[in-house]
Order: sequence, then C-alpha cells, then structure tokens
Amino acid sequence: MKTPIYLDNHATTPMDPRVLNAMLPYFTEYFGNAASRNHEFGWIAEQAVDKARKQIADLIGASPREIIFTSGATESDNLAIKGVAEMYAEKGNHIITAATEHKAVLDTCKKLEKLGFRVTYLPVRGDGLIDLDMLKEAITPKTVLVTIMYANNEIGVIQPVAEIGKICREKGVLFHTDGVQAIGKVPVDVNKDNIDLMSITGHKLYGPKGAGALYVRRKSPRVQLTAQMDGGGHERGMRSGTLNVPGIVGLGEACAICQREMPEETKRLQYLRDKLRSKLEAGLDEVYLNGSWEHRLPHSLNLSFAYVEGESLLMGINDVAVSSGSACTSATLEPSYVLKALGLGDDIAHSSIRFGIGRFNTEEEIDYVADKLITVVRKLRELSPLYEMAQEGIDLSKVSWVND
Amino acid sequence: MAYSNKVLDHYNNPRNVGSFDKSAGNVGTGMVGAPECGDVMKLQIKVDDASGIIEDAKFKMFGCGSAIASSSLATEWLKGKTVDEALQIKNTDIVNELSLPPVKIHCSVLAEDAIKAAIKDYRTKQTNKVASEQTVA
Repeated sequence: MKTPIYLDNHATTPMDPRVLNAMLPYFTEYFGNAASRNHEFGWIAEQAVDKARKQIADLIGASPREIIFTSGATESDNLAIKGVAEMYAEKGNHIITAATEHKAVLDTCKKLEKLGFRVTYLPVRGDGLIDLDMLKEAITPKTVLVTIMYANNEIGVIQPVAEIGKICREKGVLFHTDGVQAIGKVPVDVNKDNIDLMSITGHKLYGPKGAGALYVRRKSPRVQLTAQMDGGGHERGMRSGTLNVPGIVGLGEACAICQREMPEETKRLQYLRDKLRSKLEAGLDEVYLNGSWEHRLPHSLNLSFAYVEGESLLMGINDVAVSSGSACTSATLEPSYVLKALGLGDDIAHSSIRFGIGRFNTEEEIDYVADKLITVVRKLRELSPLYEMAQEGIDLSKVSWVND
Repeated sequence: MAYSNKVLDHYNNPRNVGSFDKSAGNVGTGMVGAPECGDVMKLQIKVDDASGIIEDAKFKMFGCGSAIASSSLATEWLKGKTVDEALQIKNTDIVNELSLPPVKIHCSVLAEDAIKAAIKDYRTKQTNKVASEQTVA
C-alpha cells in the first residue's frame, strides 16, 4: 500500500488511465479545430466532439444537441444562472437557491443581486435537504429560475431533485441543478428528474480538469440563454470559443466508463464507505454523522469527532488526504457555511472531516485510515480540555467562555 | 499549509500534558478561548509558595496544531520562572520561536492570555488565603 492515501474525491478525482489514453491522440495527431468545416483535420476533431457529446448525453438521458461545452462547472453555473436571468429579465427578476450551494452558484446569485435581481436563499433542514413546501411558497410570478444542487460537495446529501423539478414545471419556472457531485455516481436522468439546465464537469468523474458542459433543454420547455462571452458563436451561440477537443474527448470517455461501471462501482464504494463509518463508530464514542444518511452519495461520508479540532486531526493523519470543515483549514477563520446551515454548533463544525472514497481506493486503505484516525482522535482527546470536562459531567453548552 | 519543524515536534510530542487539582491553593488555572472559535486552552501553573517559582506547568488544548504547539511551548518556558518573570512572556516570543505564519498569530495570543489568566487565578487565591489567615488571627 502506497501513501499518501487520497480520500478527497469530492475535491477532484484522479484521471482514469483509460480516459487519458482516449485523449492522447487529440493533442498531437488529431489536433484539428472542430469548427474547421473544409478539411479532414477539422472533420476528425468534429467527429470526436460529436461522439463525446453523445456519451455525455447518454449518461444523463439527454439528446446530444442539448450539451453545451464549457471549461467546467463554475463556468456552467455562471452561464446557466446569468444566461437565464438576462434572457428572461422581462418575465421577472427573482431567483431561488439554497444556503448550502457551491460558491459558484451563491456568488453568481450575489452578483445578480447587485445588478437588481432578487434572490431567495432557502435554508436547509438538519439533514441538509431543502423543505419542498418552503420552495413552493418562495416561488412568485416574478421567479424565473430555481437553482438547487443535485448532491452537496461537503456533506454528500442528495436533494429531492425530481420533486423540485416537478414543482418548477408546474409553476412554469426553469430549474437548474449543479450536478457535478452526482453525475456518474448515481443515476441522473434529465427527464425523470425534470431538469432544464445542469452543470457537468470532467474532473469529478475521473476525467480531465478544464472540461465541462452545460445541459440545456431543447424541448418542453425550450430553454434560451444569453451568451456570457462574445465570439465565434460556437455551441449554438451559447458559448463561443474554440472547443477543447482533447478535454471533451476525455469528458465523454469518462462519462461512458461511469455509465458502464456504475452498478458495480456503486456497490463497492458503498461497502467501503459503510465499513469506514462502522469501524470509526466501533472504535470511538461521540462520532456524529453530518447530513442525511438515507439521501446520500454512495462514496461520501462527513463525520464530526467531538472535542477534537479538525485541523489538528488532519495534522495527525498527514499521510491521508481528506478535508475538514474547520475554520483553521481555510483562509477565512469561519467554519464551513454548509455545516452551519445544518444548524450544527460551531464546535461540531470545527470537528468535522469529509471523506470522499473513489474508484482507485482499496479496502486495505480504508482499514488503514480507520485505524489511524482512531489512534489520533484518542490521543487528541487526551489533550482536549473539552473532553476532560465532558468526562467530568460538565455541560459544555452552559459554560461561560472567556473569549475576547 | 506547511508547518515548521518546531510546531510538528510539539504536536507529535506535546510537553506537560495534563491537569493539576484546580482547587489547590498553589495552583493557578487559566482557561481561555471558546469551542465555537475552535480554540480552548487550559493552562495551569503550580507555584512553590516559599520562593514564588513556578515548579510545574501543565496544559490541555482543543485547537489546531499551532495552538497545541504554542501551549506546549508555554508550559516549557513557565517552569523555573518566578511569577513576575512569567508575566514577561509575550506572544511575539512564541511566534518567533515556532515561526508561526500570520494566520496563526492568534494561537500565540491565546497562550499569552492563558498564562496571564493562570497567574491571575493564582494571585487571587493567594490574596484570599492571606485575607482568611488574617481573619483567623
């Protein structure tokens, strides 16, 4: 077994060697511009792009013509939200999103607020899911777009996307979802899920970075977008710029592999994830799960180890790559806004670790990580004044802390 | 973020972890920070009443590696100092010794605050003791 062990697959995934092999010829031999219509170099590139478009569309139950290539999910989120807001500005100026969205969505919405749009940020329940009744109540005649992520990047919970889409459809409001954490991991179908726009990226599903797509529905309803970049009018005029052919080939191949292997891969990842959780809970007391267990990605686990601060925990497992919701691991000194949105105390947010298990992790690695974490948490609890106080029966919530 | 070797050393081998009986007359306890901020430091000194020298120091820490190192270092420095000398320890001394980056300076501030709080607690106990002895006399 080699260290360091990578268990941060929500941040990014290693590229599958099969994806790389598919991409390589398009850097050198087949370097053509997919928009060159009058020679073979261009035709070969265009064929490769068309194949990838179909592979991506097949994975999400879409038509290839509904796939718009972008540089990644941040661009896709920006294009979807700003593009709809601008296109449908005459209809209304209200957008609905949720407090636990990715910054690519939240900060895009904040930008639109500055431009005069009104944005509703729905709170989430303790399990991380939005309340469908609150969504219904939030929709007004001025609402043009609801944007709610498919699955959350920090806690892995899956939103009731099909129901959200149904509500939007009934009210005549467009529905965008940031699908990056869910696509390729769980079955996603734009028709069953009533999705009008969906952001996709390559590097979360064992494909390349810098290659993404936006699904844009063409029929019932036909979604229109105002392009956010001006240029040659590529991608049905929605996204100008010469296509990143090798990246697109990689994204397509990555989608095809996910579609083929999802049933087996899901079982394997879920087994490893469940084993990690049960080992940690058997070895330690006061381990808390963050987010719904039932509505969750198969490879995702977010746990808080009470009385232990997250960064010090990461330091103790420095040959394991995971993330913490603790303030100390970020530049802001604020603990994760996603965990806070669940209503968790800041102390529990500071104690959280996110595990993202991936295609290339082994059972041996999971055992190693569990054993090492148990040792380090025990050691840090011996060091923790909070653990000592809790053992003495002191209610920590009733202590008045000296803090200036 | 890369940690300095001294921070890593204190994190891996923290000095003087533990607790004294906080009701003892020659023990001063300082507890600073709050769980919501991700930092709680408990620092205790045990003072030799006759000489006024800190004969032992212990800590417990809920916080990041730099905060653990700051409190561990503080206990090392406290031992053998008089209470007055201990008050001279500045957070900047800790920053320099551990090469803490700007984002971790608050860890050293916490250690200085904990030292001061522990000494204040000790002195309050001493004053009360003298007062109660005088009352008895």
